[in-house]
Amino acid sequence: MVKYRMDLLVCGGTGCQASGSSEVVETFKKEIEKEGLENEIQVITTGCFGFCEKGPIVKISPDNVFYVEVTPEKAVRIVKEHIIKGRVVEDYLYKEPETKEVLHEQNEMPFYKKQLRIALRNCGFIDPENIYEYIAVDGYQALGKVLTEMTPEKVIEEIKRSGLRGRGGGGFPTGVKWEMTRKSKSNQKYVICNADEGDPGAFMDRSILEGDPHSVLEAMAICGYCIGADKGYIYIRAEYPLAIQRLRIAINQAYEFGLLGKNILGTGFNFDIDLKYGAGAFICGEETALINSIEGGRGEPTVKPPFPAQKGLWKQPTNINNVETFANICPILLKGADWFSSIGTEKSKGTKVFALAGKVNNVGLVEVPMGLTLREIIYELGGGIKGDKKFKAVQTGGPSGGCIPAQNLDTPIDYDTLTQIGSMMGSGGMIVMDEDDCMVNIAKFYLEFSCEESCGRCTACRVGNTRMLEILNEITEGKGTMEHLDELKELGQIIKDSSLCGLGQTSPNPVLSTMNFFWDEYVAHVKDKNCPAGVCTALLKYFILPDKCVGCTACAKVCPTNAISGEVRKTHIIDQEKCIKCGACMATCRFNAITRR
Amino acid sequence: MSNMENKCCCCNCGQPDERLEKVKKFINDHKDVKGGLIPVLHFIQETYGYLPEDVLEHVSDGLNIPMTEIFGVASFYHFFSLEPKGEHIIRVCMGTACYVKGAQGILDKFARELNVEVGKTTEDGKFTLEATRCLGACGLAPVLTIGEKVYGRLTVDDVPRILDEYRK
Ligand SMILES: Cc1cc2nc3c(=O)[nH]c(=O)nc-3n(C[C@H](O)[C@H](O)[C@H](O)COP(=O)(O)O)c2cc1C
Ligand code: FES
Repeated sequence: MVKYRMDLLVCGGTGCQASGSSEVVETFKKEIEKEGLENEIQVITTGCFGFCEKGPIVKISPDNVFYVEVTPEKAVRIVKEHIIKGRVVEDYLYKEPETKEVLHEQNEMPFYKKQLRIALRNCGFIDPENIYEYIAVDGYQALGKVLTEMTPEKVIEEIKRSGLRGRGGGGFPTGVKWEMTRKSKSNQKYVICNADEGDPGAFMDRSILEGDPHSVLEAMAICGYCIGADKGYIYIRAEYPLAIQRLRIAINQAYEFGLLGKNILGTGFNFDIDLKYGAGAFICGEETALINSIEGGRGEPTVKPPFPAQKGLWKQPTNINNVETFANICPILLKGADWFSSIGTEKSKGTKVFALAGKVNNVGLVEVPMGLTLREIIYELGGGIKGDKKFKAVQTGGPSGGCIPAQNLDTPIDYDTLTQIGSMMGSGGMIVMDEDDCMVNIAKFYLEFSCEESCGRCTACRVGNTRMLEILNEITEGKGTMEHLDELKELGQIIKDSSLCGLGQTSPNPVLSTMNFFWDEYVAHVKDKNCPAGVCTALLKYFILPDKCVGCTACAKVCPTNAISGEVRKTHIIDQEKCIKCGACMATCRFNAITRR
Repeated sequence: MSNMENKCCCCNCGQPDERLEKVKKFINDHKDVKGGLIPVLHFIQETYGYLPEDVLEHVSDGLNIPMTEIFGVASFYHFFSLEPKGEHIIRVCMGTACYVKGAQGILDKFARELNVEVGKTTEDGKFTLEATRCLGACGLAPVLTIGEKVYGRLTVDDVPRILDEYRK
């Protein structure tokens, strides 16, 4: 193998690719070849660094320099200055937005300072398409250790002691689940990795699979050894082509190296992994629905018990875990349960990956110890609210979760505290909203999602959610009444109590939590027929600003209902009775003289 | 069986359809595979861009599954389409991050510009307009994809320019 003196790590995650990282890679390769350095300098396309906001990201190792927003032109200069002359190009480094101080190293940046990367440990550090790189960072050591030195019981004990809980949303203790599946008697058992990632605002599972696929394969094999299974499936969304491609490459390499297949590492343990594709149904992320889908049918959930651990895929005991859960397994086994359980809060150990998005300055993937506060995440890692607007709420838990207002920003977050404040951990979506977001509208957005995704089996979920959505539509159109608000609360409770699966049991949460924390906003929609955030179009009114209007008559000419009157060169006015809020006047005015509020 | 058997079924071009042979082979390989229906549907969707009804009849014969059950499964999943799609598929992300940054406005603008409903194809068969979930590029929200290409940090004003790129 060639020994390189320097690595250029270029992020090849979806976010950076969209910002043009492929062209940057091409340029680096071309320039390095031009200089005749291709045997000294290596260009590696890695998985996501998390800091998508400032992509494309390029990290130079071992110098540990972190360039942001790199373009092909910048790449040329980086080669000339940094690589050849050894001079860091200060202009392209990250600058602290407030102090304008130039930061050289990744761990000085506020976005990374409080992060602790366990599940994402290799994302952005290794080439995910090269098994040697994974092996070089202790890859497959945990599997070797488990197969040669540990009994299944001992591994399960270690996972139990670590306190690891499922990262797919439910937070069930992983070791306990493995033990249950181990104790179920059968000749054939299965391991399933849930990579269906349904939360419409989350992408951590995808980043792990794109950036570090072997870590999941290795953990699945370990799980197979513990529960007594020789077959594993990864159920992955067909909408994730890059993750699928990287998984395929990784699986083939693992077979070639004898790390999957028959007689792994000469120990007599056999384990196969196959991919199964999801086809765009959110409910298939629910474990029983997922099993029905792998079996080839409609992905509808079934009643639990029996749990998959007792009767899962093809009626055999099956252990299902989420991608991020699996990504935590190997570090626990290599560094020990005590190390892992020293991180986090009393009942939630370790870290959690969040997809921080919405109205914050630094959007991206962050992995932080459990127990950090929302304020730390949003204001330190996230760099505060974009454009100096006012923070209004943060949504966690996706369509099953709720909106958390400013008064709870100092809550240390873990599974239990989030539930206490009416939201959920969920899979880790974290959407920050500012004063321009309407809470009624956000609740409607999530409910629309749940209505579309309800499989339709339970009447309460199917009919109830549709009715709730109708009411929300009426409210946002200015036809709401106070009775409607009572009905929403009542229906929400009924749906939660009488649905079979987690979708129905949680789908009213976005509505109930916003009603709880932002009651005044609902009342404003219903009583004053006003949307304080200025989002719900039907409730907006158009006005002409007298100091800006020059009386050009352009607006009056385009108004389809003749609602605008006024003489030439004099201020015009809009007749609110006639106005149908089409917005044509605003689009036509060249003097910004028309506002909406 | 009609004489259309080996003819292209997506249009009336009369060309022999090699795709059907590939699909038939795939069906045959999955005859005895447990849970084989969904992989077969994925293969057809990949090959034709949608699930043509006459191809599904081969599935029904080959896997010995009634057509009603096949339709039941195919219609359950958003990824499968029973109608042909346009030449370019515009996928506007309606994930939460994109939504709070104005994705609805972008989607509406496309619908108006193309005079087509979300989920449908324009009459000339050039564009299909779809709303999708998080594309994993929230840092660039709002985001859309056309084919492999990703467009980020969009405003409503970008819409006509993007369409022009594909209208030529
Ligand atoms: C409606 C619904 C959707 C779900 N979607 C997902 C998902 O996308 N990914 C996931 O890992 N778990 C999802 N789950 C949770 C799974 O049912 C299951 O609890 C999880 O995969 C178990 O793995 P864990 O213990 O490692 O978290 C969902 C649950 C429900 C009720
Ligand atoms: S929500 Fe649109 S890319 Fe994530």
